[in-house]
Amino acid sequence: MKTNDVILQTTTKIIFFIIFLFSIHIFFAGHYTPGGGFVGGLLTASGIVLLLLAFDLKTVTTALPINYTVMTAIGLLLALSTAAGAIFFNVPFFTHAFDYFHLPLLGKQSLHTAMLFDTGVYLVVVGVTMTIIQSIGADD
Amino acid sequence: MEIVMCFVIGFLFMAAVYLMLSKSLLRIIIGTGLLSHGAHLLILTMGGLEGSAPPVVSHGVTDYADPLPQALILTAIVISFGVTAFFLVLAYRAYQELGTDNMNLMRGTEDHD
Amino acid sequence: MINLLLFPILLPFFFAMILMLFPKKILAQRTVASTALVLTFGVTLVLLYKVKTNGIQAITLGSWPAPFGISMVSDMLSVLLVLSSTLIALLVVWYSFSSIGKDRESFFYYPGILFMLTGVNGAFTTGDIFNMFVFFEVLLMSSYLLIVLGGEKGQLRESIKYILVNVISSALFVVTVAYLYSVIGTLNMADISVKIAQIDQPGIITVIAVLFLLVFGLKGAIFPLYFWLPSSYAAPPIPVLALFGALLTKVGVYAIMRTYTLFFTLDQGFTHEMLMILSILTIIAGCIGALAYFDVKKIIIYNIIIAVGVILFGASQMNEAALMGSVFYLIHDILIKGALFLLIGVIIAITGTSDLRKMGGLIKTYPMLGWTYLIAAFGLAGIPPLSGFIGKLLIVQGGFEAGNLWGSILILLSSLAVLLSVIRIFIYAFWGETVEIKPLTRQHYRGLFMPAVILVAISVLYGVGSEWLVPYMSDAASVLLEPALYIKAVLGGA
Repeated sequence: MKTNDVILQTTTKIIFFIIFLFSIHIFFAGHYTPGGGFVGGLLTASGIVLLLLAFDLKTVTTALPINYTVMTAIGLLLALSTAAGAIFFNVPFFTHAFDYFHLPLLGKQSLHTAMLFDTGVYLVVVGVTMTIIQSIGADD
Repeated sequence: MEIVMCFVIGFLFMAAVYLMLSKSLLRIIIGTGLLSHGAHLLILTMGGLEGSAPPVVSHGVTDYADPLPQALILTAIVISFGVTAFFLVLAYRAYQELGTDNMNLMRGTEDHD
Repeated sequence: MINLLLFPILLPFFFAMILMLFPKKILAQRTVASTALVLTFGVTLVLLYKVKTNGIQAITLGSWPAPFGISMVSDMLSVLLVLSSTLIALLVVWYSFSSIGKDRESFFYYPGILFMLTGVNGAFTTGDIFNMFVFFEVLLMSSYLLIVLGGEKGQLRESIKYILVNVISSALFVVTVAYLYSVIGTLNMADISVKIAQIDQPGIITVIAVLFLLVFGLKGAIFPLYFWLPSSYAAPPIPVLALFGALLTKVGVYAIMRTYTLFFTLDQGFTHEMLMILSILTIIAGCIGALAYFDVKKIIIYNIIIAVGVILFGASQMNEAALMGSVFYLIHDILIKGALFLLIGVIIAITGTSDLRKMGGLIKTYPMLGWTYLIAAFGLAGIPPLSGFIGKLLIVQGGFEAGNLWGSILILLSSLAVLLSVIRIFIYAFWGETVEIKPLTRQHYRGLFMPAVILVAISVLYGVGSEWLVPYMSDAASVLLEPALYIKAVLGGA
């Protein structure tokens, strides 16, 4: 089914980046305030779904050549290895660590291993959602 | 407030049961969605609705909401999201393969006498 | 290594993720999956040794203090269950090499098994009731994948029912946990036990106990709630069926045993009486089903239901002999059900049908298969000195000690029904008129037969060497009998 949605396609090209940036913002906001990997991932996935609606599956897979299953696996690996890092220090699994660092340009910031875990969650959510949507939408 | 929530939960469960008893597969899936919504609301209500501030550490706030039910709900939502999505994919495949979404026509097995 | 008890959960999970990266390379999938399971098995053996020498292992994730964080507890019961589950998974994977087919192998079959093992081991190990829900979901999600994999019409149709039943039971699980949390205010299983004892188990807790029985009974297939099991389990291919039949119901049974010995111990006149009546009804229903069908899969599947009844009857007696018998029988059943499913898988592969009436005379062409099957069948029925005997003996002894004469007699009678149902397979498939079959290639046959033989051999050893296993079993039963041991291991000296 090929339709010519000029308005949808034009706005999508702009809106997608806004959604994507907002999802990144939500993702980082989750550090101390509501937000985080799950919501951020869902937002990103909804942005990609908007792309799928405006264009077709083939165009989007050419533009974003991502294997979402691999993405899910990498996300899970990242989350697990962050949690499993504790094993090497012989403290209970899932023990996180954080400290304050002086970074160039950003000043004093706290860096937390929970962030890495959340990145894993983000990747898993995007990966799983897109896998499901692709497998439903693949045979239209 | 708890009483209102109880009615809402009861209504969700009622609608879920009604939908799950229907024959169309899609309605059944929506029913399972409503069922898990009801269960999530139940966790929230059962944890108690006291506490005015969100359970995030900030200065000068002592009256926190109980964070545990929220954590449980988040987990349960993620899980039911995954299951519903899987169920939808499966229903779609079954519809393609079997040519029907009517549960009545999916009864029995081919080789059963 | 304070994290040792987590390794049987983490290793399969880790390797499952590795496997997801290259789904199409079948040879690599096979090697990595079996390496993962061998490693897990080895680590679990180390853990078993540690639990035996140092007592119950417990850890609370994320360095939180005990009742607040998620506790993981490995007592003798859970480590034995983890060990036997891993063994079954290992042999099923080996069996799959020559039976499951390339299509399924290249579509996340091995990651599915490893994820399921993660969920099963996690559910056996966790000491937090909500975390148990999460692990249940992990194993259910992977079981959804495994049951539907291949996408045959029958599979699609049955998996819809299977998923629907499990979604409802999961929602009920969440509801039950919510009720429990509102009454008790904690989710840590040891802490729940302490708090319930403090408030002397009022009526509402008994209601929650019944709800738990409903939730776990739906997964573990007890009497009125087993309706979904026979047709769902008959749909997927044999290795998946073996895995499901050996492990999934046992997780529900374990959860009932754990909650009914740790939480709801103060109103036994109601809760345990009900559990006993339901387990007896389960046995009767299972016997009727096992004798009624001519489909080999269905016969063994109904035997799962009988076993669930027998184990729960032991658990409901709450004395040392019966609980020890339950643990014995639980492990025995995991091993022997795995073995039987693999063996009937071989029979089905040879004859090309699962209908008994279309088989016959296999003893002439495959004598080894016939005698191995006979040993496994005798083991299932509990003929001494094979593995089912000691467990059933202890359960019946416990039943007599608790004064439940008729229930115990019924269990003894059910053995006859079990024996009859499995011997029927032997008579129909191995004796009688020889039916035209197309023989398997030698290599294919060996690939199918070897894992089954090993499993039967292990179950025979389990039966013959039961004297040697008694210290392990009595350790497991003592934790069930005295919640204080469990509580002390998790919460410290309190």
